[in-house]
Amino acid sequence: MTSPDYTKISQGIVYDPRNGIDGEIRDIWILDGRVVDAPADPSVRASKTIDASGLVVMPGGIDMHCHIAGPKVNVARKMRPEEKRRGEQMPRTNITHSGSMGSVPSTFATGYKYAALGYTTAFDAAIPPIAARHAHEEFEDTPCIDKGFYVLMGNNHYVMQSLMNNEPHKLKAFIAWLLTSTKGFAPKLVNPGGVEVWKSKQAGNVSGLDTKVDHFGVTPRQIICGVAQAAAELALPHPVHIHCNNLGMPGNWETTLETMRALNGYRGHITHIQFHSYGGGNGDENTFNSKVIPLVEYVNSHPNITVDVGQVLFGETTSMTGDGPLGYFLSKVYGGKWFSSDTEMESGCGITPIKYRNKSLVHALQWAIGLEWYLLVKDPWQVVMSTDHPNGGSFLAYPQIIRFLMDKTYRRDVLKTCPPAILERSTLWEIDREYTLNEIAIITRAGPARILGLNNKGHLGVGADADITIYTPHENKEVMFEMPRVVIKSGRVLVEQGEIRETLIGKTLHVQPNYDLDVETDIQEWFEKYYSISWRNYPVDLSYLYESCVIPTRRGS
Amino acid sequence: MTSGSTQAHAPTPTIPGELKVIHDATCTFCGCVCDDIELTVKDNHIIEAKRACALGKSWFLNHSVEDRPSCTIDGNPASLEQGYDRAAQILTTGKYPICYGLSDSPCEAQRVAVSIVDWINGTIDTTTSVCHGPSGMAFQGVGEVTCSLGEVANRGDMILFWGSNPAESHPRHFTKYSLMPKGMFLPNGRKDRTCVIVDVRRTKSAKAADIFIQIKPKKDFEALWTLRALAKGIELDPDLVHRETGVEFSVWSDLMDRMKACKFGVIFFGMGLTMTRGKHVNSEALLALTRDMNAHTRFVAKPNRGHGNVTGADNVVSWRTGYPFGVNHARGYPRFNPGEYTTSDTLANREADCAMMIACDPMANFSQPAREHLATIPYIALDTKETPTTRSAAVAFAVATYGINTGGTVYRMDDVPIPLRPAFASPHPSDYDVLTAIELRVKKILGIT
Repeated sequence: MTSPDYTKISQGIVYDPRNGIDGEIRDIWILDGRVVDAPADPSVRASKTIDASGLVVMPGGIDMHCHIAGPKVNVARKMRPEEKRRGEQMPRTNITHSGSMGSVPSTFATGYKYAALGYTTAFDAAIPPIAARHAHEEFEDTPCIDKGFYVLMGNNHYVMQSLMNNEPHKLKAFIAWLLTSTKGFAPKLVNPGGVEVWKSKQAGNVSGLDTKVDHFGVTPRQIICGVAQAAAELALPHPVHIHCNNLGMPGNWETTLETMRALNGYRGHITHIQFHSYGGGNGDENTFNSKVIPLVEYVNSHPNITVDVGQVLFGETTSMTGDGPLGYFLSKVYGGKWFSSDTEMESGCGITPIKYRNKSLVHALQWAIGLEWYLLVKDPWQVVMSTDHPNGGSFLAYPQIIRFLMDKTYRRDVLKTCPPAILERSTLWEIDREYTLNEIAIITRAGPARILGLNNKGHLGVGADADITIYTPHENKEVMFEMPRVVIKSGRVLVEQGEIRETLIGKTLHVQPNYDLDVETDIQEWFEKYYSISWRNYPVDLSYLYESCVIPTRRGS
Repeated sequence: MTSGSTQAHAPTPTIPGELKVIHDATCTFCGCVCDDIELTVKDNHIIEAKRACALGKSWFLNHSVEDRPSCTIDGNPASLEQGYDRAAQILTTGKYPICYGLSDSPCEAQRVAVSIVDWINGTIDTTTSVCHGPSGMAFQGVGEVTCSLGEVANRGDMILFWGSNPAESHPRHFTKYSLMPKGMFLPNGRKDRTCVIVDVRRTKSAKAADIFIQIKPKKDFEALWTLRALAKGIELDPDLVHRETGVEFSVWSDLMDRMKACKFGVIFFGMGLTMTRGKHVNSEALLALTRDMNAHTRFVAKPNRGHGNVTGADNVVSWRTGYPFGVNHARGYPRFNPGEYTTSDTLANREADCAMMIACDPMANFSQPAREHLATIPYIALDTKETPTTRSAAVAFAVATYGINTGGTVYRMDDVPIPLRPAFASPHPSDYDVLTAIELRVKKILGIT
């Protein structure tokens, strides 16, 4: 009999916030892709030992909000050849495919870059259900990480129709049916109701939570509240992921606060909240200012609410959104090329190139507002690191954000390069807080895992997926985090010091909650009346998932 | 790293003499990719194709598995293994290998083709470069305001066709998507829509139009800019407009009034625009006009794509390389330059020294210099039928037909991905099988793990 094929990470300085381990020297044993107890028999030796003495060990990073696959991302790749030729190139090697970078990297490049950064799981935040098959096809070409996606449903006609007719049982069944059919992970609301109005008239949008959506007569508030309640009743691992109405507009903080209130105490995640925390009035940029404080006070006193930031970084990127009217607005602001696509019964999309400049007061404020969010939320389990890749900047900027959070001098040095008026319009200069490594581990892995309901990720306890990142400590935290010493995915060493050693395709995380199957007849009748494809050709079957991983509901089913 | 590991769905077995019905089958003949076809199969023949158009019926009913070897080398029958070996040897020996076609192949096979090209530092290009390539380039200049075909059916109250003749090229376009459907916001179907057709000749589609506008050949750009000016309220010289476009100024200004007054306008455009004088500048003018119209009402545009999965090819090449077509990997990473890395150019410039042609027939439809050069280099051809291209190939594979014999995924012209439901099995391998086998051998020769 041969002994089990253990891997041991020996004597690392371990940060595992979920299990209360804050920088303690530990051994971690891995078997068959999972963290296990040290063997009871002390004579058992690991077949592979990674000496981590003096190194920092954390669970693999989790990006809970990025745009990395599907129709919108792929259109952006096609649309922006100009930024690729002059940028970093990704030649093929004997174990990796070639790729292209720019603000929207190709699929293989995306997987390799996430892994090399120590991230082992990522969620695409906005997939139109009818294009779910496309997202899964790209996922299979996005190696080295586990992935999942959120399903756009804030402007779905069946959702609005069920609310209009006051049929919550249909709404609940529909959400479960849609997630199951698309092999998606969570319900996503993008400018709920507003995209439908955009589809029906010139420059159409809703103005606030209580504007009625044409034809359906429902309000954004009803959509938010209704979906949050249905998701809670379905006990989804990640109940509802909300891109609020009025993104980017001066004065939108009130809409954001109303959205939090509309959750009625149900769990809800407000995404890229930086873009939704603006004071000022009537679309007037001259009055633009930070309203993080009143919003953060609400979050600090409401544990049902979590947020990710959507940090803006200075530089050139591509704005991409399921928020059609926002895309139109941005294209008018920046005047560059503009892509918009309306998807039948479901959603919209807007894409335009964008450049954030530190000399622009508005852009500098956006940057500062993002950092205020990280630094003002009291409980780090309620706030998650994101750039809304590529909207605020690339996921490759995470190490720089970590430095901003852990080094107030560096933060202030950059602040000094911004227009001085920023000091009157945000509180960033006055904030002394610096994050600890344990807090960084919370906002980049343990926190998102908890918010997403992923029990096997974001920690290093027994039973956890052996997705582990080992860093070389450095005074400059950007240097420390931008090139991990070792990255382990499912127990295998994929990256050493930035070099890919081995690749794998990774799992697709999705949900399949139980629902009232009788409602399917009603859904089918509606579907066949209005869709341009056949009912039976809509659901994505398991053959499209390289490795399926069903995440149980919070009831455990 | 394996690529394209999703296995295509195999057809269910056919029992001799018995009828088998395939519901919701997908027709891959044109870019409409109708997925509501009901096929009746008997003894490896499709005897009925309900709901298919004339082109679709011909595609399905005339399909027969050709009794020829699955592989020939230099025209002589060979085993598949010999073919795979020879193909891999050709592709790895060349200094400038190119791969072209792909638009009548499912995404699963396209993905493997792009992998092979990556491993051999080759150039990948699709038939997009000879149809809507200019639209792809125009898109990179101005973007595109567009929608899925169901939005057209549910909302489009003004439908324009520009340089496109769907009555002959996409016969169900009018009935399934653009003119006849009773949509959510158009309860009376055709009566609720205005149809305008702009073309240089009175095509068969013209009969469907409420307004037919016949412009001078090669004057699409001028006509589109006339409309752009009218949309912006810029004053024009009516005589000049008439002289340049061949159409009275009043016709254009009436058209613009209608365009501004509609609720949801749609412009479908075809190769009459993209492959005539001006090419990508014409497409850019049309896309810019559509964008301009959104200052007045909702307006979208959509190229009427031809081949069944040309849209899938654009998508696959884009997500793997970052560029839609004409992608060169000679430096080990992708570079894009239409006019240089597009196949008609790599052949006519005598740069390519070996090739793989997948589901395309350049020997029949490329320029003479391109054909002459192709005839001098060793190349591999995959096709369901015997063609001038397969006949001159060093290695030719007779492959199973996608959507009839093999499964997989195709993208409709509006980027909606649709699965295939094959009717019956073919004795020939699929594109996916052949390409996967070649990829394995290429990797072995190059020492790629």
